[in-house]
Amino acid sequence: MSIMKAEALSVNFDDKMVLKDLSLAIEEGKIISILGPNGSGKSTLLNVLSRNIQPNKGIVYLDGQNLAQLSGKKLAQQMAVLPQSPQAPSDLTVRDLVEFGRFPHQSWWRGKSEQDEDCVSWALTQTGLTQMADRVVSTLSGGERQRVWIAMALAQKPEILLLDEPTTYLDICHQLEIMELLAAFNHEHKLTVVMVLHDINHAARYSDYVAVLQQGQIFAAGKPVDVITEHTLREVFRVESEISFDSSGKPMVMIRGLTSINRRSRG
Amino acid sequence: MLNKKIFSCRGTRDRSEWRAFILGIFLLLALGGIALSLSVGALSISLNEIITAIFSDTPGANRQVIWNIRLPRTLVGALVGVNLSLAGAILQGVMKNPLADPHIIGVSSGAGLAGVSIMVLFPHKEYLVTPFAFFGAMIAAIFIYILAWKGGIRPVRIILAGVAVSAFLNSAISALLVFYSDRVHGALMWMVGGLSARSWPHLDIILPYTIIGGILAILGARRLNILNLGDEIARGLGLNVEVSRIALTAVAALMAASAVSVVGLLGFVGLIVPHAARLLVGSDYRYLLPASALLGVAVVTLSDTLARVAFAPIEIPVGIIMAFVGAPFFLYLLRRDA
Repeated sequence: MSIMKAEALSVNFDDKMVLKDLSLAIEEGKIISILGPNGSGKSTLLNVLSRNIQPNKGIVYLDGQNLAQLSGKKLAQQMAVLPQSPQAPSDLTVRDLVEFGRFPHQSWWRGKSEQDEDCVSWALTQTGLTQMADRVVSTLSGGERQRVWIAMALAQKPEILLLDEPTTYLDICHQLEIMELLAAFNHEHKLTVVMVLHDINHAARYSDYVAVLQQGQIFAAGKPVDVITEHTLREVFRVESEISFDSSGKPMVMIRGLTSINRRSRG
Repeated sequence: MLNKKIFSCRGTRDRSEWRAFILGIFLLLALGGIALSLSVGALSISLNEIITAIFSDTPGANRQVIWNIRLPRTLVGALVGVNLSLAGAILQGVMKNPLADPHIIGVSSGAGLAGVSIMVLFPHKEYLVTPFAFFGAMIAAIFIYILAWKGGIRPVRIILAGVAVSAFLNSAISALLVFYSDRVHGALMWMVGGLSARSWPHLDIILPYTIIGGILAILGARRLNILNLGDEIARGLGLNVEVSRIALTAVAALMAASAVSVVGLLGFVGLIVPHAARLLVGSDYRYLLPASALLGVAVVTLSDTLARVAFAPIEIPVGIIMAFVGAPFFLYLLRRDA
């Protein structure tokens, strides 16, 4: 069953078409990665799905409801969003930041409830941050900080989590740590995860489905093994590659170099 | 940063104790400022005598001085301190810019042009200065908002529009002052900002804005905290970023407009007090707002006392004292922080 559906999305920035008549269905409880070269519209797509940008044409449905008609709080109770490299004031503690995740469940007249407290400590435990709950966020490493933002998103208790390149600026160990964390959540809590990724191998390894964008349209979408092919890499990313498969049958990409067309245009 | 030092090496409990401690100090400073402002002057009145004068009916010189002159003036100063520092704290959060203050949204230049126009063009109608200054401030703020609007509000556009509109209005003020150079004195005093001869009617003008604005600001504290995480995160948490930004700016504009329309263009409080408070209590608006309000009271009342007695019997406008004493102190805080 699809939890989210985008129908015929078009987005223009001034007169540049960034998304062209793009449709996408996101299945509940799965991990979906959006891939594509720079400028292919993947971040824009994520921004439309998170309602950060209004599309010029098309509708997004969340649980069968038109996204544009949901109230901000209602939406935030169902969906959490993590933009690329978010910034926090330098003196906030980990707990302060995670507590903000409860904002959509609070109101003008009601402050913190017991349930909020429970959700915050749950999110801290799940992300392994309980020990550093009182540390100031600016003293943490990049990987720890990203975990704090994810903890904030989890404290929202969403059904679906949207992330824009959650592993950018992280070293390889922390990249995997974040991916494992998201995979574990998806597995244990049936959290639907939609993310924009740069690393094709991460997408191949951790996603149930992959959508590859090219110039604002979907070039291919489906299971990694069907989508991540030498053909896709050549046509969309303009690189020559060799695909092998790991023991579980997931594709692994080895890049051999630029395509010959690319080399010629550069030479 | 200072905050980091304080907050990182201690636990949450110590941090809330530290905040309570600083808020307590600010409260004492505010009360001390009010008491000193009531007590010191040409006629020195002890604390006991002040209390007697306020709460009993026995007529006398003390009662006259306290009731008719010092009490209203001190209270006007206190409320102006609250309004300007809360307005500054709100605007710094809404615009996510450390240089944001009531000047940025045109409140000062709008009030300035309207007030100075009355003073030099209709010098016999001085009673019109306050209402006109108030409307001038609000019109300038709304005008800047409309100019900055383009499918939503971006803080940078407000700031740039504010700079341009203020420059325009300020040049109009300068032109007036040049053309009517014989009437400049009163206008000049007003542009620096002062509490001289402020009394009960002025208090009535500010008080509603202090009460309503103060309540709205405290209610908006959590929203300000969320706005500080950036627009995308704020939207993701379900905050209506555009509406919150407009509403909070409107609150700041009303508070600042009521203050400058009564005492003139006091510049220093709205910019520096919130920063000083932030350096000491941190950027959580649930603490920053009350801290700014209390520190604002302390700064204005203490400065005004100094302004009255430093060169007695000549009174200097409080704005001058505040910048003279406050700016070096703020630089000290900033240095210590680095």
